[in-house]
Amino acid sequence: MNEKPRLLIDKERLDLIINRLCCQLIECHSDLKNTAILGIQPRGSYFSDRIVKRLKEMDPNLDLNYGKIDPTFYRDDFRTKDEPIIPSSTEFDFEIDNKHLILIDDVFYTGRTVRSALDAIHDFGRPSKVNLLVLINRRFSKELPIQPDYVGERVDSIASEKVIVEWTETHGEDKVLLYRENI
Amino acid sequence: MEKLTVDHLLGIEDLSSEDIQLIFKTADNFKEVINRPIKKVPSLRDVTIVNLFFENSTRTRISFELAEKRLSADVVNFSASGSSVSKGETLIDTVNNILSMKVDMVVMRHPSPGAHQFLSKHIDATIINAGDGTHEHPTQALLDTFSMRDKVGELKGKKVVIVGDIMHSRVALSNIHALKKLGAEVMLCGPTTLMPKHIESLGVVIEHDIKKALKWCDIANILRIQLERQETKYFPTLREYSNMYGVTTELLEEIGRDDIIIMHPGPINRGIEISSEVADSKNAIILDQVENGVAIRMAILYLLAGKRG
Repeated sequence: MNEKPRLLIDKERLDLIINRLCCQLIECHSDLKNTAILGIQPRGSYFSDRIVKRLKEMDPNLDLNYGKIDPTFYRDDFRTKDEPIIPSSTEFDFEIDNKHLILIDDVFYTGRTVRSALDAIHDFGRPSKVNLLVLINRRFSKELPIQPDYVGERVDSIASEKVIVEWTETHGEDKVLLYRENI
Repeated sequence: MEKLTVDHLLGIEDLSSEDIQLIFKTADNFKEVINRPIKKVPSLRDVTIVNLFFENSTRTRISFELAEKRLSADVVNFSASGSSVSKGETLIDTVNNILSMKVDMVVMRHPSPGAHQFLSKHIDATIINAGDGTHEHPTQALLDTFSMRDKVGELKGKKVVIVGDIMHSRVALSNIHALKKLGAEVMLCGPTTLMPKHIESLGVVIEHDIKKALKWCDIANILRIQLERQETKYFPTLREYSNMYGVTTELLEEIGRDDIIIMHPGPINRGIEISSEVADSKNAIILDQVENGVAIRMAILYLLAGKRG
């Protein structure tokens, strides 16, 4: 039997986090002119949509390079899963060469998704710098020497627990839940 | 999570309409990949694929090979001429010998209908049918229907006519299955001698008058007259066939239908089943079919390899 999930972040708190992350981005990248934002498909792009929307609210004249990247074909667990991973689309219409990229995902867990996204980006060009922004950083579970630069919230959880981010588009409401057992 | 209901691609007959939609959805993503500056992804890096061609092929073999290479698989090519098959080795022996060298997937074209079905019961590798005699050519039907969908949207209720040598055509049979599963209406048009008996049982309409058929349809898929399979005379002369069933600009203008989407699985006999003008016209999507072929084959290889675990 699954226990009832614990609510980690509700909509109000998520709003505050998004605000803070956007302020951090503006602080570090000023006018974001040579910066491009890439959401990692499929789940990271719900979060990146919100970040970009807020950035545009903060500065309505903001001209931002924004796209989505799908790392499915670059994953290293393709043959170890029971079923094939169904790909999403890669959508961006700008040159990556010499841009300062900000990769966005919802949950940072093992680091393997980010590794595959970096490989996917490599096929399009050579960015001058890549930063990683995540909503949740599960600190103690990373398996690769990769870590996020901008973090919404740290969650220290054990392997049997799952952190699930639910979005209005898929679940009707924005919130982050912690499940105690495998779901 | 979505996955295919089959472990091999033996024919369209075994696929569900959901399978076909899943292949299309995956192919959409691969189409984006093959239009990138770097057209290669590492998905099948640890997979070895053998292309076994017991019959001639240019387009299909190159298309499969490109699809495999763009997925980073290791590829071995084999053609029957110049192999031990000519020394009398059986199909199972040939394939088992190749599989002993640790091959994961077999893409095969064979002159005997059902050769793939037979093989799938005896060997462990994933089998993909690249044409078995006059039976099925599933990847061609998938790329045909994918190209139609690209051009006209969902195929439900669309009217498709398949013109020509239906009897000897594996492309026709696979196309009929695929189109029916996607909800399209299908008409077959050709001389009585090239129409297989009882084909109506698949839920298709037969029409021998090319003008009526073209007036009715949204899309015309024109098949090649298989000169190599015409030992028996099915029609008096090529000239007569061309006069009766050749699709020309004059014919399309006469019936007032220059808007029909024209398809051809290739290789084209220009001036026989289709005139050069029509084949090169803006409504012809013959080269789109070839481009989509690579994306469709990448999708099939990717989805089947994922099922091997």
